[in-house]
Amino acid sequence: MNDVAATLSTLRQLPPLRWLVSLLHRVGLRGRNAVIALPYLWLVLFFVIPFVIVLKISFAEMQTSSPPYTSLIHWVGDKLTDLRVHLNPSNYLGIWADGIYTQAMLTSLKVAVISTLLALLIGYPMAYAIARADTRWRGMCLMMVILPFWTSFLLRVYAWIGILKTNGLLNNFLLWLGVINEPIVMLQTDFAVYLGIVYSYLPFMIMPLYATLEKMDLTLLEAAEDLGCKPMRAFFTITVPLSMPGIIAGSMLVFIPAVGEYVIPTLLGPADSLMIGKLLWTDFFTQRDWPKASAVAIALLLVLIVPLVWFQRRQAHATEAGQQ
Amino acid sequence: MRRNTSWVRLSSLVFGFAFLYIPILSLIVYSFNKSRLVTVWGGFSTQWYGKLLDNDQILDAAWLSLRVAAVNATGATLLGTLAGLALARFGNFKGRTLLSGMTTAPLVMPEVITGLSLLLLFVSMEQVFGWPAGRGVTTITIAHITLTLSYVTVIVQSRLSSMDESLEEAAMDLGARPTKVFMLVTLPIIAPALISGWLLAFTISLDDLVIASFVSGPGSSTLPMVIFSKVRLGVSPDINALATIMVSLVSIGVLVAGYVMMRRERNRQRDVQMALSAGQA
Repeated sequence: MNDVAATLSTLRQLPPLRWLVSLLHRVGLRGRNAVIALPYLWLVLFFVIPFVIVLKISFAEMQTSSPPYTSLIHWVGDKLTDLRVHLNPSNYLGIWADGIYTQAMLTSLKVAVISTLLALLIGYPMAYAIARADTRWRGMCLMMVILPFWTSFLLRVYAWIGILKTNGLLNNFLLWLGVINEPIVMLQTDFAVYLGIVYSYLPFMIMPLYATLEKMDLTLLEAAEDLGCKPMRAFFTITVPLSMPGIIAGSMLVFIPAVGEYVIPTLLGPADSLMIGKLLWTDFFTQRDWPKASAVAIALLLVLIVPLVWFQRRQAHATEAGQQ
Repeated sequence: MRRNTSWVRLSSLVFGFAFLYIPILSLIVYSFNKSRLVTVWGGFSTQWYGKLLDNDQILDAAWLSLRVAAVNATGATLLGTLAGLALARFGNFKGRTLLSGMTTAPLVMPEVITGLSLLLLFVSMEQVFGWPAGRGVTTITIAHITLTLSYVTVIVQSRLSSMDESLEEAAMDLGARPTKVFMLVTLPIIAPALISGWLLAFTISLDDLVIASFVSGPGSSTLPMVIFSKVRLGVSPDINALATIMVSLVSIGVLVAGYVMMRRERNRQRDVQMALSAGQA
């Protein structure tokens, strides 16, 4: 620890760092404000402002130009008062009128809800088992849960293609076992999409669940047992309610991104399946209709705004509670 | 006394880990398959590794991805540490809710939305300022920093929250100014969290497909983009070889990290024991 401190102390004396600090001082950013300002400015510029731009362009129209959308502001004369803003709501009306968007939104929500429930069903027992395991094994188990997360998401989804194919691993195995006589079609199905989403997001479900379950006071369960409560009942009346923060956190971490998923439905799902992430992608890349894609993005954001804000509130409360 | 092992718990772990790892193992096993039909075993062969090394497209994309990932990880760690520090230590400052919201939103936001919004930003900026001129490595890096920033912030913030503040307070009582306290006391303590944040940002950037597809330009294809375009056409054994290499590197990294952390923890325990027994002497 001492050599790290010494290295950092030396680094701070270096000319470039001193120059940077004095530059910030000259701009008026000292101490605390500099610390807050740097990430703040970055995020406002590269996270918040883009959303404003998406909103603006969602009111434009597609045209073959560079960039491929119309400008919202037109000059009809020379004076400042001749500025006209042209808000074209046709993209939103189009989304509302065209059935496939509503259908895609509903399908995406359905898939996300089912996948979240499946992830919970698989992830909860695993998290519980790790939380109650011997302390010696917990670290290793957690590492084994996290390890797939560190390997490429894309490659892991690709692995499922090889497994679910008609002459793939699973079919060959079932044929060899004699359980089936012909290969089952598993790829390009909704089942494959659920499988893919659960598989990819499972670590996100397990980690918050484990964090909550690990903190649980086991003496509560002992007390319940002493009072004659059966283990099953104790589980549902004590453990589950106490682990609710973890359940909600894990579910949000799976549900919200799953609604807008693109890669898994494209690689594993039916070719004609309607998910909102795929539609946005096609509108943008294939149809080159940027305004339409923007409107779809805003619509998706509006659908997700309630769970998003809820998730953020819980995160803020949780970290503040942890800090007290 | 209740028994500590439960067959229900053990079997759920076994099945769970089998579910997680069988696909990865299948990737590795079939990378050594002589047959081109990935799932029909035709004999042992390492030919696909050779073909991979000859594939310039993949190698160029890999090099680009590594460069972007490294720059992105460093930038994200710098900004994320600042944000985590602000959120954990500065109490209720003006604009705290917004900063907190901005750092947690990218964690869950569907990537198609962030990708689209960043692309439109870059296009608008190019129109107004002339920069960035065309999309490529710079825009991908900026986009990735924005995404991975959140992960580093969460890690740093939680590490700082669980850290013993009395060490910092002691340093300040002894007359050290805040910057010095941070550099000499806080930073060495949270250094492991910073390293894991850097590695996490690196991994996420290396693996990102959707955002990179939106904000990249002609001639700047990242590794996931190349893999995706190949994989859409069906299974391909050289991708299995690539997957095996990546999985092996990651596994070795995680094992080494785990081992190093265990050693550090044991050394720390030993130091604490020695300090306690010396104090009692």
